[in-house]
Amino acid sequence: MSSLFGARVQRVEDDRLIRGHGAYLDDLGPDALAAAFVRSPLAHARITDIDVSGALKVPGLVAIYTYQDLPARLAEPLPLLIPHPALTHGRTPYALANGEVNHVGEAIVMVVAADRYLAEDAADLIDVSYEPLPAVVGLDAARAAEHLVHDDVPGNRAANAVQEHGDTAAAIAAAPHVLELDLEIERSASTPLEGRGVLARWEEQQKRLVVWTSTQTSTGVRAAVAAKLGLDLSQVDVITPDVGGGFGVKIVHPWPEEVLVPWAAQQLGKPVKFTEDRREHFIASAHERGQQHHVTVGYDHEGRILGLDVRFWHDNGAYVPYGLIVPIVTSTQLLGPYKPGAYRVEFDSLYTNTVLVTPYRGAGRPHGCFVMERTMDAIAAELGLDRTLVRERNFIQPGEMPYDQGLIFQDGRPLIYDSGDYPALLTKIKDLVGWEKFAPLKEAAAAEGRRIGIGLACYVEGTGVGPYEGGHVVVETSGKVKVATGLTSQGQGHQTILAQLVADELGVPLADVEVVTGDTRRFGYAVGTFASRTAVMSGSAVTLAARKAKEKALRVAAEAMEVSPADLEIIDGIVQVRGDPDSGISLGTVAVLSNPLRYAFDEAAKAATQFAGGGDMSRPPVAPDDEPGIEGRAYFSPVRSTFASGMHAAIVETDPDTAEITILRYCVVHDCGKLINPQIVEGQIHGGVAQGVGGALYERMAYDETGQLVNASFMDFLMPYASEVPREIEIDHLETPSPLNPLGIKGAGEAGVIPGAAVLAAAIEDAEAIPIRSMPLSPSDLFELRRRDR
Amino acid sequence: MSSAAGELHSGEQHGEELHEVRLTVNGSARTARVPARRLLSDCIRHDLRLTGTHVGCEHGVCGACTILLDGRPVRSCLLLAVSADGADITTVEGLAAPDGTLSPVQQAFTECHGLQCGFCTPGFLTTITAGLQAVPDPDDEQAREMIGGNLCRCTGYQNILASVHRAAEIIRERAASNGSGTGQPAAATPAGPA
Repeated sequence: MSSLFGARVQRVEDDRLIRGHGAYLDDLGPDALAAAFVRSPLAHARITDIDVSGALKVPGLVAIYTYQDLPARLAEPLPLLIPHPALTHGRTPYALANGEVNHVGEAIVMVVAADRYLAEDAADLIDVSYEPLPAVVGLDAARAAEHLVHDDVPGNRAANAVQEHGDTAAAIAAAPHVLELDLEIERSASTPLEGRGVLARWEEQQKRLVVWTSTQTSTGVRAAVAAKLGLDLSQVDVITPDVGGGFGVKIVHPWPEEVLVPWAAQQLGKPVKFTEDRREHFIASAHERGQQHHVTVGYDHEGRILGLDVRFWHDNGAYVPYGLIVPIVTSTQLLGPYKPGAYRVEFDSLYTNTVLVTPYRGAGRPHGCFVMERTMDAIAAELGLDRTLVRERNFIQPGEMPYDQGLIFQDGRPLIYDSGDYPALLTKIKDLVGWEKFAPLKEAAAAEGRRIGIGLACYVEGTGVGPYEGGHVVVETSGKVKVATGLTSQGQGHQTILAQLVADELGVPLADVEVVTGDTRRFGYAVGTFASRTAVMSGSAVTLAARKAKEKALRVAAEAMEVSPADLEIIDGIVQVRGDPDSGISLGTVAVLSNPLRYAFDEAAKAATQFAGGGDMSRPPVAPDDEPGIEGRAYFSPVRSTFASGMHAAIVETDPDTAEITILRYCVVHDCGKLINPQIVEGQIHGGVAQGVGGALYERMAYDETGQLVNASFMDFLMPYASEVPREIEIDHLETPSPLNPLGIKGAGEAGVIPGAAVLAAAIEDAEAIPIRSMPLSPSDLFELRRRDR
Repeated sequence: MSSAAGELHSGEQHGEELHEVRLTVNGSARTARVPARRLLSDCIRHDLRLTGTHVGCEHGVCGACTILLDGRPVRSCLLLAVSADGADITTVEGLAAPDGTLSPVQQAFTECHGLQCGFCTPGFLTTITAGLQAVPDPDDEQAREMIGGNLCRCTGYQNILASVHRAAEIIRERAASNGSGTGQPAAATPAGPA
């Protein structure tokens, strides 16, 4: 591999963003009409009347739409994107409420006006009458099913799913030791700094729709909008502008606003824009993480797990448009680097009258990791063994790769780990944090009246989920290389890493490569950005596309230079005979030669016209099996996911009086295969760790018993500031290449967040000697645990 | 569906009285005619069409909309445009020198990977620009304090803190190579009372 792969290249995205020249959704369409929504103030109610008369006098009002105004396709429930055989009672929302609301924040009326202030004026004057219904809030209420969220869903149960590998009941019955644990994780949310937003323009004369949306999947939105508006795909362009963070919530599509705004633009013949505000983002987008788990584990005297049974309950909120991805991921990724003798997992996915639940960075893995790692620590405590020793004894060994866990993963394919070296990771993390040297530190601290504790947590993360991504590379006659891939970017630095790969493959300077993502005009086939898949999927695809373009360039150059393509190389954008820099012609010239023209519009074109001379007069200018131009298009579709892994260790201090929890050290060892850009990977880890810390110590969605989200603002929802994150995140890498893609890489985007709750629970438990079974843990929670433990 | 149309009178729009607001923005005199309730953040973004200033929460907590108003970092979502009449404002678009040279803070963010999605970044850049004027050589604690009121969901703040230190260093480097001055480009030097 040549020079750019693995280099700490500065991001090409940064220049426009730090100058304030980025173009996020609300920066576009300055003259568009503004949409605002009347949203339900109640968690569960029947709508008995909607009186819009008060709003009609608002100056600047353009239109008011309720469910009754929607055409047939838009009046159907929104799609259930990912069906599953176990999802027997899937329910999705209407674009605008049809007679009933099931969570605070559900959209009921859309108002369009000259600007957002006026649209909100009108929305405030719309009078909706409700007949309140009992609200089902929290997993206890959902499981009790005293009241139902949806009348036709018994037990509030959207799905029940079971997977088993081996005879778990028999293995546990035969085990010398058995433990049972109840473990819980509360709700948090992606919470990007930019909320959702959509802008649409209908071009009546051309009968075409252009949609800009802050999404993680432009092709998904395009297909959904076309279906809902009865348009052909070729009539719809969806463009993803700069996106101010996603973390999962923007993979959901179509949001009600994503179909309503384009439809309104079509109806009104004017551009319409919706920009979500912060409160709306809390109550009208999506959350994640709320789950209760009951673990029964049988193990031997050495701590080896003989049988593991996990029963859990997943709070899916009011609707399940994204199917069962989160609980399926928990149920499969829970196993981490371990190989229990037998494993059975069963979950219920339950409705509640709260905001819907869809993947948030980690997507079910943090909960699974929490369950597995708490179980490991509990076994170690019961047996009086070192916590790392118990883990080591349960590890899958490098020689056992590829390792089949005997389950079906979230992509519907077998859960087979492709590669990894867990014992090596453990050695690294123990060295990094100083595991063996901690006991004297703890004693010394105790002598000063201080409480410190150490913990660690391990995880395996399925990344680079299929089915496919594609890439297109074209060399312009200027020598500039234009690259497109269909999936979208939300700040991960995709333009940089994809440019690194293409520049390497083609042999051109990085500055000559320009990458576009998430624009259906440039690339129409794509899946989206989730499951840490961009580097693996689009990275592989653009590499293969660049390889094709290079082959073509070498063939065209070889013909012109009358040498064999095998004798040529491309260095710094110059095609030359190997080792002979004087022989070269520029890639731009090769692009000129590849495209025979009739018209000369500039000097380069003049050289390519049919009167420019040269060529075999007995052959057509473009051979029957050839095409003009230096281009490559390729797709990458792996047989299954590739599995990254890692381990975190933390040292915390808890205040004996106030129960304040301080992270003294936070260490990460991470294996995502070969690193394209270590600086970007480390940035992803930093951000993930901060979200993990947030989820472990600060963030929770505080619903009251009536279903009101009482902390729906940045004042009350405690997202970490700089003061809450570890002072330094110490990172070490292991590089175990994946055999499943041409680059040997694995995904890195989500890893940082996965073990956060698990590792901090372990460290706090070590400091306090009180079992920690539920996260997040605030100082008040810890104070209460101490009081009960007394 | 129902509809109505707003009428445009001189001095008012959609039934709202308009007020003239005169501002100096990034060194240029600008005028906007806005309703009394228009937020300064919306005025900057939508009336002056300087969309580099971002709005992340509209309640003054996230800091993405931070601008320099008469040299001081303020949250433009917590001010009405009319209340800023006569003010001198620097937004993220005004941080680089007129010739395009990045300001020390901008330069540091690029070098240290101090941004990912970039949405919160303008607020950090303006906040740190002012912060380094007050505390030119911050230690770790002071750097943390400097950015302690701004939210970022992407970076975990590690590289933003590194950027604060690097920016301080760049200011010193530039001052040394210029032989004098702060190393800050003119447009980024907040005017007004110290």
